[in-house]
Amino acid sequence: MQLIPCPWCGPREEAEYHYGGQAHIAYPDDPQGLTDQEWAQYVFFRDNPKGPFAERWMHSAGCRRWFNAVRDTATHRLLTVYRSGEPRPEVPTP
Amino acid sequence: MTAPFRLPGRGLVDQGTDLEFSFDGRRYTGHPGDTLASALLANGVHRVATGIAYRRPRGIMSAGVEEPSALVQIEEPFPEPMLQATTVELYAGLVARGPAGRGRLATAADPARYDAVHAHCDLLVVGAGPAGLLAALAGARDGQRVVLVDDQPRPGGSLLGTAERVDGLPGPEWAAGVVAELAALPDVRVLSRTTAFGHYDDDFVLALERRTDHLGFDAPAGTSRQRVWRLRARRTVVATGAHERPLVFPDNDRPGIMLAGAARTYLHRYGVLTGRQAVVFTTDDSAYAAATDLVDAGVTVAAVVDARTTVPEAWAEQCARRGIEIRAGEVVTGTSGSERITRAHTAPYAGGRLHGPRRGVDCDLLLVSGGWNPVAHLYSHARGALHYDPARGAFLPTGDLPNLRVAGAANGRATLADCLADGAQAADAPASTRASIPVSAPVPATEPVPDQTPGLVLWSVPDPAETDGGEPRPRFVDLQRDATVADVLRATGAGLRSVEHVKRYTTIGTAHDQGRTSGVIASGIVADALGADIATLGTTTFRPPYTPVAFAALAGRDRGALFDPVRVTPLHAWHTAHGAEFENVGQWKRPRCYPRPGESMDRAVLRECRAAREGVALMDGSTLGKVSVQGPDAGELLDRLYTNLISTLKPGAARYGVMCGVDGMVLDDGTVIRVAEEEFLLTTTTGNAAKILDWMEEWLQTEWPHLRVTLTSVTDHWVTVPLVGPDSRAVLAAVAPDLDVANAAFPFMTWRDATVAGIPARICRISFSGELAYEVNVRGWEGPRLWEALIAAGEPYGITPYGTETMHVLRAEKGYPIIGQDTDGTVTPQDLGLGWAVSRKKPDFIGKRSFTRAENLRPDRKQLVGLLPEDPSLRLPEGAQLIATAAVPAPPVPMLGHVTSSYRSAALGRTFALALVKAGRERIGDTLYAPLEEGVHPVRITDPVLYDKEGTRRDG
Amino acid sequence: MTADQLARVAITETPRLTQLSLRLDPAGSSSAPVAAVLGARLPTAPCTWAAAPEADLLWLGPDEWLLLAPPDTADLAPSLRHAIAPHFGTVTDVSSQRTAFDLTGPGAPDLLAHGCAIDLHPRSSPTGTCVQTLLAQTGVTLLVLDDAPQAPTLRLLVRTSFAPYLRSWLGDVASGT
Repeated sequence: MQLIPCPWCGPREEAEYHYGGQAHIAYPDDPQGLTDQEWAQYVFFRDNPKGPFAERWMHSAGCRRWFNAVRDTATHRLLTVYRSGEPRPEVPTP
Repeated sequence: MTAPFRLPGRGLVDQGTDLEFSFDGRRYTGHPGDTLASALLANGVHRVATGIAYRRPRGIMSAGVEEPSALVQIEEPFPEPMLQATTVELYAGLVARGPAGRGRLATAADPARYDAVHAHCDLLVVGAGPAGLLAALAGARDGQRVVLVDDQPRPGGSLLGTAERVDGLPGPEWAAGVVAELAALPDVRVLSRTTAFGHYDDDFVLALERRTDHLGFDAPAGTSRQRVWRLRARRTVVATGAHERPLVFPDNDRPGIMLAGAARTYLHRYGVLTGRQAVVFTTDDSAYAAATDLVDAGVTVAAVVDARTTVPEAWAEQCARRGIEIRAGEVVTGTSGSERITRAHTAPYAGGRLHGPRRGVDCDLLLVSGGWNPVAHLYSHARGALHYDPARGAFLPTGDLPNLRVAGAANGRATLADCLADGAQAADAPASTRASIPVSAPVPATEPVPDQTPGLVLWSVPDPAETDGGEPRPRFVDLQRDATVADVLRATGAGLRSVEHVKRYTTIGTAHDQGRTSGVIASGIVADALGADIATLGTTTFRPPYTPVAFAALAGRDRGALFDPVRVTPLHAWHTAHGAEFENVGQWKRPRCYPRPGESMDRAVLRECRAAREGVALMDGSTLGKVSVQGPDAGELLDRLYTNLISTLKPGAARYGVMCGVDGMVLDDGTVIRVAEEEFLLTTTTGNAAKILDWMEEWLQTEWPHLRVTLTSVTDHWVTVPLVGPDSRAVLAAVAPDLDVANAAFPFMTWRDATVAGIPARICRISFSGELAYEVNVRGWEGPRLWEALIAAGEPYGITPYGTETMHVLRAEKGYPIIGQDTDGTVTPQDLGLGWAVSRKKPDFIGKRSFTRAENLRPDRKQLVGLLPEDPSLRLPEGAQLIATAAVPAPPVPMLGHVTSSYRSAALGRTFALALVKAGRERIGDTLYAPLEEGVHPVRITDPVLYDKEGTRRDG
Repeated sequence: MTADQLARVAITETPRLTQLSLRLDPAGSSSAPVAAVLGARLPTAPCTWAAAPEADLLWLGPDEWLLLAPPDTADLAPSLRHAIAPHFGTVTDVSSQRTAFDLTGPGAPDLLAHGCAIDLHPRSSPTGTCVQTLLAQTGVTLLVLDDAPQAPTLRLLVRTSFAPYLRSWLGDVASGT
């Protein structure tokens, strides 16, 4: 049972959280102006790197706040967490 | 009565108390403190099991969890298969037998209780042997919160099985003293009979406590049989000792062949002699202590066969003093005997080969020792890397992990003094992170022991048949899997080069013991066979659980009624008292229908439907999800999330709304009412309540945080009662005298606040049935009073409670889809015929852009239609496929769609269904076919609205 | 902790508390007038609660509090709405959304440890702690009302629909571990 550090509540068991996929994917400014392909890129395609990956989590059983985390997908370690709206911090590459 | 191999007055068992037990149909006597294995050995029983593949007699090899062969079946008090005789504590009345390879599970439900509990500590120490005890003591004296777990019923670890003294005291007595000091401290918890079986992320350790297993028939009912401890530790010390490694030689599996350390444990801990005439076969020093201890206890040791040419001088002296013959530079090359070993054969050995003649020596006990494997499992679980130590022939932990240290024999320490010293400083944090003075305990005094002489690494003794051409004899590597050296060589011969592959090919190490005695040996044999270095070859990965854990223990109290939370509304007691049949909707229990005595469910549903269409009926709709949306930008948020326009709704009005994902597929639907200029209340489908609130929060928090809106779940705050049917207006008027219920004053799709039966209520004129209907909402705890008042007021009209099945029939007759039943995440609003609820005015909303994707414009998309089976009594099964022809063509059969909802209709006097059909709206009037098990049935495609298409009934 | 001590944990339900969900920006202009209504400032430290003259103030999130007041405290919500206006903030009556169970007795923290991963040792969870977490298989808001080792009192707020489940679960633990 991994601990995930909520930026508000502190470390809690992963069962308290809800995963939200890749972070920093903004909703397009003008969806109607996009081609089918550009729109499909937004709807269906996400990065899948090996290594640090910025993703969204929600502390669903706790304060119900969405936040962002950088997780190393190779080790599953959370390298940093930051509140929604804050810029992605620099994390040392492992 | 003293059993023939029990030494009166010896050991830690209570010889003054007899425990009767039965094994393989024979009655024996043991004592409190015995294991089943020690009690059997005291009675001279060595053969306890039968090999799974070759059906060879198998005995007791060890004295603990490393046991590979002595698996038993418990029959009473409760059947349990595949337990190690060496770990089953003896109790009165135990009935067990040695199965032939497999056990059997109980057919009755397990009456025992199981528990789980969380615990937090600064320091977790696993193992109450010499190293663990000192680590725990150091932490505890430092004021830390300490948890000490140990798998034995009493502390001491290896001290229980030797005669060594600590601080001048017998080892077990010293250990008991340390535990007494620990237990007296407020923040220290000592758990015996508890096995830490896995180390997981972030210093999380699971441990299984066996609480009443040892009590047998006397286990108290209120105490859990087993408990899983969920331990979260800042730091962990793994002091789990070492397991002795057996030696592999021809016919090495006969009963009476045992690890040398185990024989010593049986002597000192249980007061049991494991034989009368022993041979000791060793490659290192530790077996000499077993030999001398056994001679001192009255056993004849016919020979110590030491594969090393140079034997340790001090031990040679000790042997000479006792008249023990040492055969240096020799190995055991085979054994004789059927139910029990009767003779061992030895031959000179050097340079990996046998030299010279074989000699026999009579014995009823052959003790083996091939060195020691540190028990580094938890360290490995924590991703600690093991490295090979050629001097010990073992894989050892490589340094500390950030929050985990290994100490004592598990860390490769060989002597008691070294283990104590290692444990004494193990509780200390790494110097780099240490805040204060080092944490340590004083190291107690021990007796001098002879200097260690390096051991010889010997993975397998050659089979003499290889050189003299005789019949080869099996050399067992994994006794439980009956896998031999020949099997390993077959694997390498087949080209396998990785120990992980060899493991899977041969099954070595896949039994209950996970290769505790066989894994490293298998690596060694592979290395020898390939001419590779075992250090680079490595050994197989240790994975949790360290010892088998019953599923029941993992389930804990999450079974039976507590298996999954049951959610109920405040009206649940009424439903139960009035004969409701319930259905599970998510975690909710909802009345499905209310059959009268002797009435079938089908008939009850028809009766309830008739009441709703012809009179008045009511249901418990409280499970609908409800979200309060407030703030100046509430309308703006809802406009972005719903497909239709919400912000134009007037306070006092209600609107049906659909939500889609960004992919344009329908996510949920419900009603939205505008409570005030800056306040809306929306409903979601029962099963989607949490999901939709999360969905809305996600957009609000991550995409549009500038919108001034708050979302609050009020699902449980309200009890919601739809009151349905032509007579609903009269009933409502009776309980809400101050409310003008006239159609003009209170029209469809509006809501009013009013007092209903003396209770403040909010009433919405919405309908999920096509009938005149009101939805009455009151605060949860007022629900029962409201319900009773409605029932009473409706009595003159024959008011009828109805359940979800009737609700489904009524809405399906009207062609109203249920999200999640008639949709599956691939259905757009247009597919459902809900294009009218999709705004053309709004520049954007979630899902809009996807509606014009090419895929979503295809004319052959599946669309919601009605179905009327040609046979009006045939109720199609939901999920039934639809095809174009009366004869089923050869596969692949082109599928045109499938049935999503199917019912018997009182109003239509026949069966009907809803279906998703390719280009369905174009096919209205066509006939399709539903191939069912008993034949192909024609069905006519219709408009999904089958009842009151003009909507004449909704105003009463 | 012995089974006997767990069995002697008193579990009482405190139903029908007035419960208000309060949402506002704690750094905003409505903070002070709201504090004036409540008689105390809203706690801003995560996972804490504070007693105020008018209500217990539970931190649920950086802009979210749950206020607990005696049953039928009807005037609190209007007063708060008045204090917040004209700034952005919302007050929602959620009195029936949750019910409260109070657990009293030396075994109370240990009883919850059978299904709750929060460390309830007074060193980690002193009086004033308020965490939203999981207990058994349901979400709860857990308040440490009093951490005195001899008579600790804990309060659980649970969704009304989950209350029978939680009551059964608590009873099951109290009846045997």
